[in-house]
Amino acid sequence: MSEAFYAITLIWGLVFIYAVMATIDFGAGFWSMIYLNRNNTKATNIANRYLSPSWEVTNVFIVAIVVALFSFFPGATFTLGTVLLIPGSIIILLLALRSAFLVFSHSASSNYKRILTIISGITGFLIPALLICVLPITHGNFIETTNGAERLLLGELLTSPSVYAFMAFAISSTLFLSSLLLSDYSNVSGDQEAYDTYRRDAILVGPISLAMAALLVLTIRNEALWLYENLMNYIPWLIGSIATFALGYASLFIPRKTGVGIPRLAMISIVVQYLLASYAYGSAHLPYIVYPNVTIETGFTDPATFRALIVTYIVAFFILTPGFIYFWRLFLKDKRYLKQNES
Amino acid sequence: MDELVIARSLFGMTMGVHIIYATLGVGLPFMVLIAELMYQKTKDKDYALMANRWTKGFAVLLGVAIPTGTIAGVQLSLLWPGFMEVVGRVIALPFQIEIYAFFLEALFMSIYVYAADRLSPIMRIVSVTLVAFGASASAILITNVHAFQGTPDGFEIVDGKFVNIDPWEAFFNRSFFITAGHVTVSALMTGAFVIASIAAYKMIRQRGNTREYKFHHKALMMGLVIGGIFSLLTSLNGHESAQQLYQYQPEKLAAAEGLFETQRYAPLAIGGYTDKEEREVKWAIEVPWALSFLSDDAFDTEVLGLEEWPEEEWPPLFVHTLFNSMVGIGSLLLLLSIVGFTWYKILKRKKFPRWLMWGFIATGPLAMTAIEFGWIFACTGRQPWIIYHVMKTEEAVTTSGNIGLLFVLFLIVYIILMISTVLVLRYYFNRNPISEELDQ
Repeated sequence: MSEAFYAITLIWGLVFIYAVMATIDFGAGFWSMIYLNRNNTKATNIANRYLSPSWEVTNVFIVAIVVALFSFFPGATFTLGTVLLIPGSIIILLLALRSAFLVFSHSASSNYKRILTIISGITGFLIPALLICVLPITHGNFIETTNGAERLLLGELLTSPSVYAFMAFAISSTLFLSSLLLSDYSNVSGDQEAYDTYRRDAILVGPISLAMAALLVLTIRNEALWLYENLMNYIPWLIGSIATFALGYASLFIPRKTGVGIPRLAMISIVVQYLLASYAYGSAHLPYIVYPNVTIETGFTDPATFRALIVTYIVAFFILTPGFIYFWRLFLKDKRYLKQNES
Repeated sequence: MDELVIARSLFGMTMGVHIIYATLGVGLPFMVLIAELMYQKTKDKDYALMANRWTKGFAVLLGVAIPTGTIAGVQLSLLWPGFMEVVGRVIALPFQIEIYAFFLEALFMSIYVYAADRLSPIMRIVSVTLVAFGASASAILITNVHAFQGTPDGFEIVDGKFVNIDPWEAFFNRSFFITAGHVTVSALMTGAFVIASIAAYKMIRQRGNTREYKFHHKALMMGLVIGGIFSLLTSLNGHESAQQLYQYQPEKLAAAEGLFETQRYAPLAIGGYTDKEEREVKWAIEVPWALSFLSDDAFDTEVLGLEEWPEEEWPPLFVHTLFNSMVGIGSLLLLLSIVGFTWYKILKRKKFPRWLMWGFIATGPLAMTAIEFGWIFACTGRQPWIIYHVMKTEEAVTTSGNIGLLFVLFLIVYIILMISTVLVLRYYFNRNPISEELDQ
């Protein structure tokens, strides 16, 4: 297999990690807004306790993806940078507002906490909806080339059913994954009330997200037949993805000694579901980065640069992994953190 | 206005906002570290309190530094796709390594802020050190790309294509060490002077020799001493930076000094403004022979003037003023810290006169202004090139249009972020006044 293939696999891996971390992060912001006015504020606390330390780290991933993309595929940078100017700028603006206000809410008074929570909640579903638009844009239908200059057809983009299917999928997935993680998180924290709330949300949103995924595949058939035909070569992966969904969803109903459902198993199955589906989508998308002009071969970087980059990845992996483990243990495993009563 | 000017303004605005936060992101954790070490040495609780309060402020600033840094990183690809295509091929390493530094900073910042109560004292110092290290490394690595833009190395161009690429040679390009050094020491200097400013401002509002006054006095002296040391280093390094311009980017030096004619025994023009029509610097103080000597340590050094290049390749001539202001402020800061130190430690006077206090209050804003002038000088002085003698800025800019609208959107968001930073900081420190914490 070619170096370009390894590089795109690495990038797709980063995209997947970011997608999972970010949907949870954005979803947590959304839930903490939804439960802001409830008397049982525990559900909000759980969301905030997860959100506070994690967004900064999640945020780095988006820069990591951009950097990996232009380092490994500088040829794709030109096209992507040009056509994503408007959507990309709006995304980073919203991200900046959200990140800054999340930090501010930590130091600000409770009078302001309301508005800060609302900002983080609204951006919590706007950002994933906008982020996912990058995918239909790479399908090529919304790019016009005049005199060698590429341009994004914003009008067409905003009237395409496929784009809206992608957006609906992004929002429902965001809510589904985050409610699952938060139900697991509240279960570990021993917070039954919050667990019930988030479990109910997951049960509600899960089937919607699956339906949106099906809708999305249908609109791909209409708008990007090449992709649909390729995707049909990966039917076993898609079936596997549906099967893991069924497993995850069912595990929310398994009775236990202390209640109903095994959220950890549900969470893991659903992540596997997304992994299988995104593998199928990503493979079907190859060799194109942006259809039909940019492929992983035409966009690939200089071989010497590629090798130097890989060396840094390996070194960084060994340096950063202990940091991530330490982080994980402090915030996702430490009972003292999970069980504290935040005011 | 044409799209190139708007694109440059938009990116310039992003950098102008980001460097305020990024500079403090490098300077403040270093001050925190010094305060922690002072506490270990003197066992004076005031220093521990300083470290604590500065970290609180730093955490708020980082809340804007990280998103504006994210914007800068993404905006590079959006606004300058032609440039980033070359970057990806030749000078991708610093960006990539910067991501790791960024991860390190974000991980340990979260740990330091949200898990502080569960960390051992050792792990707290380790965490804050890693944050400081990550911040400085980010700054140095981004400067690495800037250095490459001025002295591009590590590739050849054959038929318009980049070949024989050596990414590590591009990384260790000729001006990397001096340029990165300049950014680092000037950021450390600025962090220290900002601390000195705040302390001096608080002192001037105190009556008498209160407990609080003494606290701020210690902070002021710390800021002045550290600031003084790093302004000295900045000026020494600045001299090397200028010599490097003489060697590698002579038209930038010529524009900085307003020199039109190539000559030996070239004079140094201080102040004034460059008149393009009459080809001279008006209203300047001229020091005979000084420019030649500063450029290469000999009075008979031949310094190239702007006449050597076609006019469309001249950098904008206002850089002379930016350059002078930067050097002027740097010298003033050095002087102020020497006066302050002498007054207190050598003349043993207990109180500073009011005019000197106002001078100290000015140090932080002045240092930040010098940083802004320095960056604008460094980047506009390279124009019309985005990569010196390789690629012009106009070749790299996006073709997609609509940048004017984006400029307005980003301007609004930056205004919101800057105002809320001030409000949040004020709110926090008003609610947790130093007088209360001192009593505990």
